[in-house]
Amino acid sequence: MKSLKELEEIKQRTLDSVNLRKERTGGTRVVVGMATCGIAAGARPVLLAFLEEVKKRNLGDVTVSQTGCIGVCRLEPMVEVTRPGEEKVTYVKMTADKVKRVVAEHIVNGHVVTEYTIGAAE
Amino acid sequence: MEDISLHLLDLAQNSIAAGATLVEFYIRELLKEGCMWLKIRDNGKGMDEHQLNQVSDPFYTTRTSRKVGLGIPLFRASAEATGGSLQVMSRKHEGTTLLALFYTRHIDCLPLGRPEETLATLIFLNPEVNFVYNHETPGRQFRFDTREAREILGKVNIADPIVVDWIREYIRNGIEELNGGA
Ligand SMILES: Nc1ncnc2c1ncn2[C@@H]1O[C@H](COP(=O)(O)OP(=O)(O)OP(=O)(O)O)[C@@H](O)[C@H]1O
Ligand SMILES: [Mg+2]
Repeated sequence: MKSLKELEEIKQRTLDSVNLRKERTGGTRVVVGMATCGIAAGARPVLLAFLEEVKKRNLGDVTVSQTGCIGVCRLEPMVEVTRPGEEKVTYVKMTADKVKRVVAEHIVNGHVVTEYTIGAAE
Repeated sequence: MEDISLHLLDLAQNSIAAGATLVEFYIRELLKEGCMWLKIRDNGKGMDEHQLNQVSDPFYTTRTSRKVGLGIPLFRASAEATGGSLQVMSRKHEGTTLLALFYTRHIDCLPLGRPEETLATLIFLNPEVNFVYNHETPGRQFRFDTREAREILGKVNIADPIVVDWIREYIRNGIEELNGGA
């Protein structure tokens, strides 16, 4: 049985990792569509994949938030990525695997994954 | 929706949109009776009578108009497909409670899915909102309350990925034990 007391230890680990932050991405913003259409299409695993990548890579300055229906339900799950000083990029029909590539190539290295963008889908 | 835990995520989004600072999930599985009660309660701004009538109308179908939304009609359809039901209770400025009954042996009953992923998602996205997850099976209970977690965490953000990941495992483990695990 796991106990809530373990959180004490997690707390310490969190404090340590904040001090060790390596990869800097300069405040990239990630927005995931989480309306009914997005959730039904698979937004939850997409969101959790971002959480996993942020944790693994210790991306302290990436903020992940949600938005309602973006209006193109058939292209959900949709994700918007905005790097500082760059234009917003909209990715469509996202999956957890696609998230890994978007984080590695776009968020960390600055190269848009064009084949997943809304432009490529239309 | 593929499973009940995705419905819970979607319904909690309604609560958050209504400005709730506390969202509580109660799941009670009655194995002998072959049914499950689900309650989602929030302290958001609630609904007036007109809104409540719209979402409570059991004959309302999702086809008629988009502007009334999909979330509640879909949840109702999932419950009714098992022979169960959905009740929506709300008071303006006080909050909203949804109470659903699912007959779990019915062939069309959705699986519960992964409530721990729903809670992890909600906590990650809404660090300022408190959540309670209370799950009971005959003779057993598992309860998680973000307010207790916050007390231990002190200044550490509950939405930190490391913390959220731990909470997800904690809830997953708790549910496993309800089902006779370890
Ligand atoms: N917990 C709640 N508190 C206050 N109002 C609510 C709550 N749940 C639902 N409502 C009201 O009922 C409406 C219908 O909800 P429903 O989930 O069916 O659709 P929606 O949220 O508007 O859109 P969708 O779920 O399709 O993204 C909401 O727009 C809101 O006005
Ligand atoms: Mg909704």
